[in-house]
Amino acid sequence: MAAFVAVLITVIAAGFFFLSRRKAVLVSGGVLASLHSRPGYHGFYSFLWVTLFGAGALLVFTNLSLHPALALGVAAIAGIASSLNIRAETRARNKSEKIVTGILFACAGVAVLTTIGIVLSLVFETYNFFESIGWRVDKFLFGPRWSPLSGLQDGVIDPDRVGIMPLLLGTAMITGIAMLIATPIGLFAAIFLSEFASLRLRGWVKPMMEVLAGIPTVVYGFFAAITVAPFLRDTGGLFGVNVASESALAAGLVIGIMIIPSISSLADDVINSVPQSLRDGSYALGATKAETVRQVVLPAALPGIFSALLLGVSRAVGETMVVVMAAGQGANLTANPLEAVTTVTVQIVMLITGDTDASTAAGPAFSLAFTLFCLTLVLNILAMRFVRKYREVYE
Amino acid sequence: MINMAELSKKHRSAESAQRLRKRKASQKRLVSYGILAITLSGMALATLLWSVLGKSAGALTEHHIQLEITLDADLIDVENIAQADFAKLTKNMLKSRFPFVSGRTDRREMNDIISAGAAYELRDLVTENPDMLGQTVAFDFLASDIADLYFKGAYGQIAPAPHQGELTLSVDGDRVSFIASTDDFAPYLAPSRARLLMRADELRIEAGLQENGRRVFTEQGNPAEAAKRETARDARIAEAEALEILAGQPDGFFEPDAFTSSIFLKLGQVWVQVETISANAGTGKILGDVESSIFAADEWQLLIYEDAPITRKVSDIQAILLENLREEGRVSKGINTHFFTSGDSREPELAGIWGAAVGSFWTMMVTIIFAFFIGVPAAIYLEEFARDNKFTRMVEININNLAAVPSIVFGLLGLSVFIGFMGMQRSSPIVGGMVLGIMTLPVIIIAARAAIKAVPPSIRDGALALGASDLQVSMHHVLPLSMPGILTGTILGMARALGETAPLIMIGMVAFIVDIPDGPTDNATVLPVQIFRWADFPERAFEARTAAAIVVLLAFLFAMNLTAILLRKRFERRW
Repeated sequence: MAAFVAVLITVIAAGFFFLSRRKAVLVSGGVLASLHSRPGYHGFYSFLWVTLFGAGALLVFTNLSLHPALALGVAAIAGIASSLNIRAETRARNKSEKIVTGILFACAGVAVLTTIGIVLSLVFETYNFFESIGWRVDKFLFGPRWSPLSGLQDGVIDPDRVGIMPLLLGTAMITGIAMLIATPIGLFAAIFLSEFASLRLRGWVKPMMEVLAGIPTVVYGFFAAITVAPFLRDTGGLFGVNVASESALAAGLVIGIMIIPSISSLADDVINSVPQSLRDGSYALGATKAETVRQVVLPAALPGIFSALLLGVSRAVGETMVVVMAAGQGANLTANPLEAVTTVTVQIVMLITGDTDASTAAGPAFSLAFTLFCLTLVLNILAMRFVRKYREVYE
Repeated sequence: MINMAELSKKHRSAESAQRLRKRKASQKRLVSYGILAITLSGMALATLLWSVLGKSAGALTEHHIQLEITLDADLIDVENIAQADFAKLTKNMLKSRFPFVSGRTDRREMNDIISAGAAYELRDLVTENPDMLGQTVAFDFLASDIADLYFKGAYGQIAPAPHQGELTLSVDGDRVSFIASTDDFAPYLAPSRARLLMRADELRIEAGLQENGRRVFTEQGNPAEAAKRETARDARIAEAEALEILAGQPDGFFEPDAFTSSIFLKLGQVWVQVETISANAGTGKILGDVESSIFAADEWQLLIYEDAPITRKVSDIQAILLENLREEGRVSKGINTHFFTSGDSREPELAGIWGAAVGSFWTMMVTIIFAFFIGVPAAIYLEEFARDNKFTRMVEININNLAAVPSIVFGLLGLSVFIGFMGMQRSSPIVGGMVLGIMTLPVIIIAARAAIKAVPPSIRDGALALGASDLQVSMHHVLPLSMPGILTGTILGMARALGETAPLIMIGMVAFIVDIPDGPTDNATVLPVQIFRWADFPERAFEARTAAAIVVLLAFLFAMNLTAILLRKRFERRW
């Protein structure tokens, strides 16, 4: 019904566009130059009035559970009012431009609204959750046991069972393995591509990295669960090592592969933006290319490279699908990468998709998401700080 | 004064040459590390694509089994064909075709070779052609996933084994005993022997446990319990010894079981499942029409199914029925149309991606409306109109941060705002599209701003000089010129959204949905979530379908990226 009314409002608006344009031509008495704004702007102004009032009324009426068709009346009244007001000296262009600029501004505001929405929804549920565990935030952050929904009675959550330490350590371990893979490969690839590779080779390798970056995470998850994890288990079996089929190693390895392209392309950009004069100076002193890279280019690019690594860490921390499909679900505290560990994101997915009553599971899930949000926010802000510092040096 | 002769002597010295070698070697090392890094990532990509493509091949074809079925007019109501029990009809047909299959388990296994969906397809055919009623028609029944995988060789195969001797038979009802003139079966007893020895080992371990118990009870002064343990221990040891003796006998009789290879005989056209066997004799169950078969003593085959029943989903009886049907030329292989035209299903052979693809289409429609028609105006405002004040800077920081927020957090935002607060419907493309739209928004804003920034100021100045207003400059000149760049960024952002899974799981798009969605408000799932669900299913046939769904998704992403690249190439302009 509402959708149908919206279409009708658009039709009415289009009608008033033509009506007002015609009226403007009539008002001018055939001499269009006597008008302040061209007839089309008068029409456009009416169009804006009808759509804005119509859409506003539609929103208000549906929320007040009044009949949506009433919005049609409001739209028509707005149209009539705007077209009655048309005079030769009406500044229709300036007025409609002001409205359009306002709309543009509102669109830019949506980005801010999104952030506010994220923060509010996360904070609201987190607040409720902390209240329900008696504000024992210390137990939440440092407690060694995570099983918030076990032994639940009347929705009361036991503060001793909501320690996220195992989740944080599991996340840290998987992120650490991923970075151990991605850092050397990504950085060496970036150095090679920006300093040594021929243009032709670059033309081949760059698209390959883009393909690697464009593969959806669920595909990496499938790869980890179906190919990598059994391979690691069998290889471990050959050497008599017991590798869990949902080991941290498999998930970390695949996430590592996944973030290679983002690290290498960011580092590549950073290395490329080191001024050529620095390299030339180094060559003039007799340094080889490798010495220039090691002693001039890399130190100059270091802050940027560091921020690339931080962004890689932030992606690995927030990665969901690979760990959901290939990492464990039980929260155990272990330092052995061959065992199953769980992560923050896995627990969020388990809580939300689990059988437990949504309102009970929402507390721990949103608190975890809030922790994750803060974690990645800090990483991103740090990364941006480094980039800004770096820019100040050379520009 | 520098003594040039001294200096050049120094440069030609042995130490200098060595230093130079070292420096050059270190450069070579750095280059080789770089090449190694690129090779490794190339190999990772190749392995990934190879493992997905290799696994997806199995989902490309499906098998049909052509069988004659009598559409009994007594069982089907002409007025109400759709309500008739075609599944029962199919079962009866199988029962009369293979009368030798008896027993509940065997009957159920027989019915399992034909897909549950075949009965519905038969129903639809008869509903369209009611004049078929009362006739006997040849219908292509869709093979079940187990039968399909068997035909594809996923469970190994029954292979003929060499034999020399002639067979002497004595038939008693549906059982047959046979004696071969040479020791033809001797090579196939090894698995059974090993099995007996394994069982004997297990018994000895159990006996050891009983012995431990006996000792503990003796120490505790409980002779009654200790005596019980002792008897149990001796019984197990005796049993183990008996098994070991049996395994050692060259002419002993063995019973193939779920853990050993299955052995069959084929007498003319009739199959026999071997139940006991020695080096040259044995007994078995006749799986075929005993009356009509003439068993010629030299016209027999020995067949071995190497894979033990425990390692495969297809049972012996199913394998024999399928082999029978294949010999009769009733099995045909075709392109798997179900996969491309159906919605989700719990039966692998009926499951398709069309439902998820349509769901993805509706979701992307909502996403593009949301992200493009908010993102581009926002970019225009920020690039062209925003004054450099606190608000603008805050928006910019915001957008950069939003682009790096983990996608799962956007899912929770959708869950609490769109579903919880606004009360929209769970697992509908409209909610999914809005969540993905919010997620893609910063990507599109950043790309659009870069494209707008690339338009040179001279264009703006020229338009302004001719009396255009600010908005006219933006709308009539800057926006059209930056459109290719904006569209490229939009397509890339959409490609990312198309592959996104985690936020959609949060808003409940993981539900099991069979129907093809008709619009953005219907319950739906999307391609990546479908992949996630199928990857979790235990049926082996789903693995190939998951991989095939991935190939389809990657094909879409590839097409989108290619479009973006072509667009960039075609309209790229250097100012």
